[in-house]
Amino acid sequence: MSLLKPGHRGCAGCCDALAGKFVLDALGENTIVVSPTGCLEVFTTPYPESAWGVPWIHSLFENAAAVASGVEVALKALGKKNDIKIVAIGGDGATLDIGLQAISGAFERGHNFTYICVDNEAYMNTGVQRSGGTPLYASTTTSPAGKVSFGNPQHKKNMPAIIAAHGSPYVATASVAYAPDMIRKVKKAADVKGPTYVHVHAPCCTGWRFEGSKTIEVGKLAVETAMWPLYEMENGVVTNVRKLKNRKPVEEYLKAQGRFKHLFTMQGGLEEIKKIQAIADWNVKHFGLE
Amino acid sequence: MRRRMVVVEGSYAVAHAVKVCKPHVISAYPITPQTHIVEDLSQFVADGDMNCEYMNVESEFSAISALIGASAAGARTYSSTTSQGLALMHEALFNASGMRLPIVMTVVNRALSAPINIWNDQQDSISQRDTGWIQLYAEDVQESADMLPQVYKLAEDEEILLPAMACMDGFILSHVYEPVILLEQSLTDEFLPPYSPEFTLDTKNPVSFGALADPSTYTEFRYKQEKAMGVALEKIEEIAKEFKDVYGRYYGGLIDEYALDDAEIVIMAMGSVIGTVKDTIDELRSEGEPVGLLKVRSFRPFPVDAIRSALKNAKIVITIDKNISIGKNEGALCTEVKACLYNTDLRIPVIGVMLGFGGRDIPMSTIKKVINKAKLVEKGIYVESEIADLREDMA
Repeated sequence: MSLLKPGHRGCAGCCDALAGKFVLDALGENTIVVSPTGCLEVFTTPYPESAWGVPWIHSLFENAAAVASGVEVALKALGKKNDIKIVAIGGDGATLDIGLQAISGAFERGHNFTYICVDNEAYMNTGVQRSGGTPLYASTTTSPAGKVSFGNPQHKKNMPAIIAAHGSPYVATASVAYAPDMIRKVKKAADVKGPTYVHVHAPCCTGWRFEGSKTIEVGKLAVETAMWPLYEMENGVVTNVRKLKNRKPVEEYLKAQGRFKHLFTMQGGLEEIKKIQAIADWNVKHFGLE
Repeated sequence: MRRRMVVVEGSYAVAHAVKVCKPHVISAYPITPQTHIVEDLSQFVADGDMNCEYMNVESEFSAISALIGASAAGARTYSSTTSQGLALMHEALFNASGMRLPIVMTVVNRALSAPINIWNDQQDSISQRDTGWIQLYAEDVQESADMLPQVYKLAEDEEILLPAMACMDGFILSHVYEPVILLEQSLTDEFLPPYSPEFTLDTKNPVSFGALADPSTYTEFRYKQEKAMGVALEKIEEIAKEFKDVYGRYYGGLIDEYALDDAEIVIMAMGSVIGTVKDTIDELRSEGEPVGLLKVRSFRPFPVDAIRSALKNAKIVITIDKNISIGKNEGALCTEVKACLYNTDLRIPVIGVMLGFGGRDIPMSTIKKVINKAKLVEKGIYVESEIADLREDMA
């Protein structure tokens, strides 16, 4: 059985539950997990129950990286075996927004831990508000599409680049739709000494508005359209990318989700989709996906 | 036993006391007037005199957060901060207490901005009153240092398991050079047992820290914190006496008294102003004035019974607060003392004076003025709480 036990309160088709399971599948029982506040934290630990088969701590929303660094340092100070893997698993809000400073500090200090961002591109736990991970034109409850708005006006923050700029020896992107790839990268991240980072794309059926049976399908479309490039960086250099054979147009990814529906119905919407296509095109060029 | 006194800075005495308590992890961020403590600790580590991990973090918020992780992993932990730094920690202070992590922190008391002011008052720690941390206030440098093994023992007691602040007045105590006895390692080893918590982040026995408690259980978690504070209330005195047995020094447990037995006018205060109050009492006593002191050493837990019993013969109580609840025109000690007398037969006028904000000196002359004004009560004149010693040209 997985170390993330069944019986938790995740939605059917939940991307966070998949991500949590894959992380523990990759790392095994000799692991300590730090969770910031978020869906994964809330639905796995309704007291007195816990889905975690490994030591687990949730402190606050913005401090998971600092807490994880304290765990790492304590184990060192107590002379505990250094084969224990310390992993923080945070959402996009906890990672790209409110927890960014603590992450920066922890990566600069060079702790031996892995930070995994499970990015479902909005604050799902509080009801789908926009975050720094929300992509251009996604309609969320605080960046709704309306008569004079196509939805979220900002581009998604490039968090892997920010982490790479801290000198992290290993930074990778992954997707819950590509389980073996994600498990391999998480394992590798934990094996590489120093602060490492895996940014996992995680389609949220509730927040993105698609059927819970289609989480993997939507995740694959993000990769196949180059909206979510899969790559690995070692010491700041891209060393591996997942190549695309028959790249699909971004419309296929967008139309599978309610959060982009307005682009297909609003006047001028199709024109705006060109801006999203340009993001995919940039990814292809920048990472050499074709 | 004969012990050598040395003249050192208050911060050094405290840093040395931390060293002999052997924390595994120290995490801190620099802020005046706390810096000298963490500089001294860094030097101990750099010189190999202290076997611990010292974390230079990017903010006070991460300092306390790292200690939350370290403490949950089973480490004895220490930080020191003040003022804005403590305010920045606010959210995590609740969290550390709620998870019952016995983190120990020296708060070098300083005023809060705006206007920015780096000097002493006690608004910072008083503003953290309800975070679930034990708060003790030291009178002088020796007590500031001696308080550390005491608060570790208290915080780590398995029936308590609450974080603790050892508070010392900024500059007045942190930067003063005084003759002190540096805490002996051998005595500290005898007094303070190693920290061995029952629950930690242990891969052999996985537990979850920081779960979600819904309305059916949340109240009971809060109740248990309050109950643990109740245990602390009993053990503070016990631990202070154990400290006396081992080291030969005693500063009171929850409270301390000075010329209190036959005092009709009782001054209540916390921290370094106590010394000035004692000198003032000495002078007034020589003139026949029945003035005494009730020092409050423990602000959390608040020693309600001890204060009631110590005040039973008092005619007038004057509280000195280096903090204010703006909008109530009272400091916290005043409010708490009034509240703890209410459900009793004691009907003693409590006169709150707020002094020493932002480092303003509190000379004996100010304390005498305060006492004289309080005496108006004897003539049946009600004396309101007030910020005393105001400049006339700015008031």
